Amino acid sequence: MTAFATRLGAAVAAPFALLARAIDLPLRGWQRLTGMGGMAAVFLAPNLAIFGVFVLIPLALNFAYSMTGGTDILLPDRPFVGADQYARLLDCADYSRAVTCREDAFWTAARNTAVFVVFQVSLMVAVSMITALILNRKIAGRGFFRAVFFFPVLLSPVVVGLIWRWILQRQGLLNLIVVNLGFDPQVWLNDRLYAFAAAVGVSTWAHMGFYTLILLAGLQAIPRDLYEAAEMDGTKPGRVFRRITLPLLGPNLAVVLVLALIRSVQIFDEAYVLTGGGPGTSTLFLTQYIYETGFASLLRNPGLAAAASILMAGVLVVLTLAQLALSRRAERR
Amino acid sequence: MTRIAFHALGFAALLAAPAAAQEQVRIMWYSDGNEGAVMQDLLDRFEEEHPEIDVVLDTVAYQVVQEQLPIQLASGEGPDIARVTNALKTDAEHWLDLRPYLNDAAYWDDNFGPYLDWMREDGSDAIPGFPTQLTLTGGFANKTLFEQAGVEMPGEGATWDDWIEASAQVMQDQQLPAAFAIDRTGHRVSAPMFSYGAIYRAEDGSPAPIDDNAMRFAEELVGWTDEGLMLPEVWVSASGTTYRAATEDFTNALVPFYYSGSWQVANLSQQIGDAFDWVAVGSPCGEAGCTGIPGGAGLVAVKYTDQPEAVATVMDYLASEEVLREFSERTLFIPAHVGLAEAGLDYQSEDSQVPPALDAFVASSSQILPEAAAMPGWLWSPAYYGAIVTRISQVMAGELTLEEARPLIDRDIADQVAAAQQ
Repeated sequence: MTAFATRLGAAVAAPFALLARAIDLPLRGWQRLTGMGGMAAVFLAPNLAIFGVFVLIPLALNFAYSMTGGTDILLPDRPFVGADQYARLLDCADYSRAVTCREDAFWTAARNTAVFVVFQVSLMVAVSMITALILNRKIAGRGFFRAVFFFPVLLSPVVVGLIWRWILQRQGLLNLIVVNLGFDPQVWLNDRLYAFAAAVGVSTWAHMGFYTLILLAGLQAIPRDLYEAAEMDGTKPGRVFRRITLPLLGPNLAVVLVLALIRSVQIFDEAYVLTGGGPGTSTLFLTQYIYETGFASLLRNPGLAAAASILMAGVLVVLTLAQLALSRRAERR
Repeated sequence: MTRIAFHALGFAALLAAPAAAQEQVRIMWYSDGNEGAVMQDLLDRFEEEHPEIDVVLDTVAYQVVQEQLPIQLASGEGPDIARVTNALKTDAEHWLDLRPYLNDAAYWDDNFGPYLDWMREDGSDAIPGFPTQLTLTGGFANKTLFEQAGVEMPGEGATWDDWIEASAQVMQDQQLPAAFAIDRTGHRVSAPMFSYGAIYRAEDGSPAPIDDNAMRFAEELVGWTDEGLMLPEVWVSASGTTYRAATEDFTNALVPFYYSGSWQVANLSQQIGDAFDWVAVGSPCGEAGCTGIPGGAGLVAVKYTDQPEAVATVMDYLASEEVLREFSERTLFIPAHVGLAEAGLDYQSEDSQVPPALDAFVASSSQILPEAAAMPGWLWSPAYYGAIVTRISQVMAGELTLEEARPLIDRDIADQVAAAQQ
């Protein structure tokens, strides 16, 4: 059986071995010519090609779209308008009052997104960290709870939005509980504060399992002997957390922060299904603004939508770089 | 050897024959109710009569028609035929003029003539397709709730105020969350605005600034929302042009009065069943009239098709009086076909509430004001609808006052027109 398996493995591997031998010679020649740096370029080339086709070229096209006007969809049909779309987006009499801006919906969406990011990322990191710390302890049913917390990550964001909408609507589950407790029912999603809180809470609930997993992996990588030494020294749990857990979890925490931040700025699907951007424009976020401007309207404006997405990408890049720089500085300390 | 080659050639020809002889026509279709199943049944019969044409009905979500079809069309791609609603006029440049391919173009002009401008460019005499149904906005009342509350339903000629007042009494008596609901779209709310005397079009056909009559109804609507008479979930709890229907609120008997349109008849019949009695009541009146807004979905041929003759054959079949009669009777749609409208239809429904509801909409169609009648064929109606729903919702949510909203509505419309004309 083992001999058969070996022969089968060799047969399956034969074409690949043949291919490897065929490219071995040219690769050796290339390495002699360009050194190790050249080899790295060769191995990175396929990924770079995919990245170029699916990320860089669309990014360049998006930028090109942002310099055009009209409602035509194809780029060659669209007139060049230079930076007009950016000027329109940034045209504001008073930046603290969105209604004084030419594209007030953009500024409202930008402000909402900024507030959302602050609350959602803070809540996400805090909840994920607490959950990871609990799940890292030897508690009964640990495997079950790890699965339970990760389960919402597997759900489609649209399903998440719908489930919570059914819970929060006038005749929803939450009001059933509220009424049974003797209180008046509320139209939760009609209240600006509750609707915004619901958007923050639901998106945290939906994604925290993923970040918990990253932090849990980091916690499990921390050597146990450090905790044992701290225990022998009689160090208080809070100090252990500050002096051992937090510093050693730094790289994982940085990853969580960057990913949560990017995801938070891009908030769309579950919030759109849950609140539709309302009440009024209190949960209108940038991605919804871009989607509605570029696609949902009959008189669509792809140029304006592209310009808004370029501005959003610019802010994201700056935030990510700043966050990475801060984490590196913290690591060096 | 020659014999073998001969047989092989014959076999190859046999294999290739059906593929070569049969042309495939693809239809992009969306369904609100049972019309997809009815259409498939009709197409199956067409294929029996025309084995040389294979018709594939690609049923997609309405959003696909709204968001993906325009991109396909802009790339010179797309299905051979598509069922379209809002974009009939805005995407008119992509439709095929079937006139040269039709068996009897005069039949199309005679029967679909009043509606062809909705789907062709201004000034054109093309025949791009035909409307699968005529729709008209209008109201529905929960008769059972009115009876239980002991409130008399307003009769013919009743105004919006009459309906809201009566519905408010029902709401209070039956302890309902609201008196009425209107679908969250500028299209639906424009009907009462026209009844109040609003004019959207300037003399040159461009959008006019929103007038006092439209703002007067907007003020009433905002007031009714503030007073808790209009169900806030539909309009307040969404932003921008997000569409929200209040159908579920009506079918769950949360509101006694619901303003939507004729396309809901089959849906209401199916959803409500015998849970309560309901009636269609046409459009309540304002000072200028009691108008609804006509509209409808159209089946249009796409000009990028490779087989216009086959497409025309399919369209000739589907637009024929006999087939369209069956389609309308089984789907409970009001036909946009002059001959059928004159001859009348025998709607196939076991629900006794359906025929009177359809009759009410047919009767209501005689009260359509010219401004409302012009909307389906007016290029800038989407700009107007979008601006109205966006800004009035903000007023309802307390983000703007009506005075602040008015210039913003005009600016939004002007921006959209300017962008479209670049």
